[in-house]
Amino acid sequence: MHKKEIISMLLAGGQGSRLGILTKNLAKPAVTFGGKYRIIDFALSNCINSGIDTVGVLTQYEPLRLNQHIGIGIPWDLDRKAGGVTILSPYVKEQEGAWYSGTANAIYQNIKFIDNYNPEYVLILSGDHIYKMDYSKMLDFHKKNNCDATIAVLEIPIEEAHRFGIMNTGEGDRIVEFEEKPKNPKSNLASMGIYIFTWKKLKQALIEDNARHEDSDFGKHIIPTMLENEDRLYAYRFRDYWKDVGTIESYWQANMELIETLPNFNLYEEFWEFYTNLDYQTPQYIGGEAEVHRSIISEGCEIYGTVINSVLGPGVIVENGAVIRDSIVMANSVLKEGVVLDRCIVAENCIINQNVKIGEGENIPNKDKPSIYNTGISVVGENTTIPEGIWIGKNCVVYGDTTPTHYDNGRLESGCSLILEGVEA
Amino acid sequence: MRAVGIILEGGKTEKLKDLVAKRAIPAMPVGGSYRAIDFTLSNMSNSGINKVAVITQYNCRSLLDHLSSAKWWDLGRKQGGLFVFSPYISSDNPFGYRGTADAIYRNISFLKRSNEPFVIIASGDQIYKMDYNKVLEYHQQKQADITIICKDMKDEDVSDYGVMNLDEDYRLKEFEEKPIDPQSSIISLGIYVIQRTLLIKLLEDIVSEGRFDIVNDIIIRYRRKLKIYGYPFEGYWRSLKSIGTYFDVNMDFLKKDVRDLFLKQYPHISTKVKDEPPVKYNPGACVKDSLVGGGSIINGCVEKSVLFRKVFTGTNSDIRNSVIMEGTYIGNNCRIEYAILDKEVVVSDGRELIGTKEKPIILKKGSVI
Repeated sequence: MHKKEIISMLLAGGQGSRLGILTKNLAKPAVTFGGKYRIIDFALSNCINSGIDTVGVLTQYEPLRLNQHIGIGIPWDLDRKAGGVTILSPYVKEQEGAWYSGTANAIYQNIKFIDNYNPEYVLILSGDHIYKMDYSKMLDFHKKNNCDATIAVLEIPIEEAHRFGIMNTGEGDRIVEFEEKPKNPKSNLASMGIYIFTWKKLKQALIEDNARHEDSDFGKHIIPTMLENEDRLYAYRFRDYWKDVGTIESYWQANMELIETLPNFNLYEEFWEFYTNLDYQTPQYIGGEAEVHRSIISEGCEIYGTVINSVLGPGVIVENGAVIRDSIVMANSVLKEGVVLDRCIVAENCIINQNVKIGEGENIPNKDKPSIYNTGISVVGENTTIPEGIWIGKNCVVYGDTTPTHYDNGRLESGCSLILEGVEA
Repeated sequence: MRAVGIILEGGKTEKLKDLVAKRAIPAMPVGGSYRAIDFTLSNMSNSGINKVAVITQYNCRSLLDHLSSAKWWDLGRKQGGLFVFSPYISSDNPFGYRGTADAIYRNISFLKRSNEPFVIIASGDQIYKMDYNKVLEYHQQKQADITIICKDMKDEDVSDYGVMNLDEDYRLKEFEEKPIDPQSSIISLGIYVIQRTLLIKLLEDIVSEGRFDIVNDIIIRYRRKLKIYGYPFEGYWRSLKSIGTYFDVNMDFLKKDVRDLFLKQYPHISTKVKDEPPVKYNPGACVKDSLVGGGSIINGCVEKSVLFRKVFTGTNSDIRNSVIMEGTYIGNNCRIEYAILDKEVVVSDGRELIGTKEKPIILKKGSVI
């Protein structure tokens, strides 16, 4: 029988619906970040850098891209004889099939997988955060305090505490109370959704809770029940960069922060690298007329135009006279001559034709989804084509193989959406 | 599979000076991200050859490091895969490899244990893109014993190459190694296709006579006895022979057609994957007509240059017409023109390194100035 001290279970099934069109066909952990990475790369890289070589990735919403990206785990050195990375999607059982109905339910449904490795501890992670963390230090803390569960927490400004799950702690940071989005927060220790459990304890809690709740959830059920039972739960204070890029604005902001000369989140550290699955290592070419500053640009890009304050994924082509400002352009998109982008997110494999302008005009929130697109950022979904000369305002969404007939007078006014549904090309 | 591949290291040359003091030529960095051997290895793998032997002798540490995992070329296989052979001393043979044929002969069990009908012998110091399947077809169609891939160099000086005289059917008539007075402008690229069993027999025969060289002892000696054909190759091809060609090859990558051929067109050239973050262009960066490798951080001006991975350039530094290899650090207010800076060089603030096109300045690996 295998014996691993600790294995990691990475929850990657969330849709991330507040990312709008960016998560239309892929799960949030598969969304690209910082040019060449996908959000899940950070948690996976943290695992291997912390010495954890067995990771179960729980997928549910649009898993295809995630499955392809992870493969057998080669980029993260997670291709192992024993252990390595395993994709765990919901499956049909003898009686009936069951989706993962909650975070703890997802783990409950994979008890057999975990038992197979006979671990002492299980690390529960979420695949949609950007951070750099040595889980082995958290494990040391867990062992030192003889915990049943350790929850990583972040000290946040108290005025923001009402938006988070808050841990109220006693002596030595032992957790005495957990409050989900409290109106009158008693502490500023916010849960980061990172837990280490002693597996025996967790297994028992999962089985018991599953009998009571159909949508068994760590925050709602498992943690409160363990506290009621006076189990030993401790808060592990994490004092480095951590970001949940949950909204269009925070996603854009976190990308832009990477451009700073000395960013809070440093990708350039030699002994804590982040790994990703990229099939080519081509250098980038900056043309004779190009102008590039305050930007980060990935492998294989060809820049002939102007790129300022932007983040470019691999294989992006910026043609002569195109001007990209304060924008994110993802892998393999082509920006033809004379294109102007201002505060814009262009997803993967788009073709933006000659002289298209995006991001001018008034800052009117999106008419269909004002809660998602409201900070002036226009978003172009993946595999989208925008025909020559089109003018697109702020807070717009464009998706699909659009033609001039889809636009009134060649314009898409601020706050409007143009989403072509149908079979993907 | 129709063929196995053998990659020779391409001999020792003093002309690359300090750049090969501590590395084999196939390990020379080329084109911003690659090593010279990546081109031949990728050609093999892209041609569907999945059993490849790399035979190395001089300064092989850097090459072994580069080849430490075969997975990047899709050659990490249970069946076949990548073999790396370096000479070892045994009681009956205390020498290093005594020639190209000896290098293969000393690893002849690789050939004997294979059952592929053909062998492709190539050299790890050449920059080109080729589908060897086309050569194999040609070889069979001509019913040749040996096919040599060759190239018409037109007006270029060919006195440093093996020069071939072919008849109108492309059959080899004469072969002169490094002739003083070349009779033809067609050169051998040192890439051969040959039947595996014939190669084994030839090697055993010549080595028993104390002969060790493919060109002199097989090609030239057997040129009338065997049916040897030339296969004309038209595409981009360069061999790293001197500082001049090394510099020119890197600068060629700034030309659109060369860049498109190697960096864009399918199939791709593969190299060892390193996980560098994207290139960072800070305020004050000004980059024109240059190639930049992953993980570099640019604060100054760069023009008509090839920067490899993880290069750092300081504020107000000005780099022109130069090749800057991996991990090199260039401080603030530096001026660098016509220079080849090897890996991990440190150039302190305010230094000027001005070479000329004919005689670029060369700093060897790890220099600090």
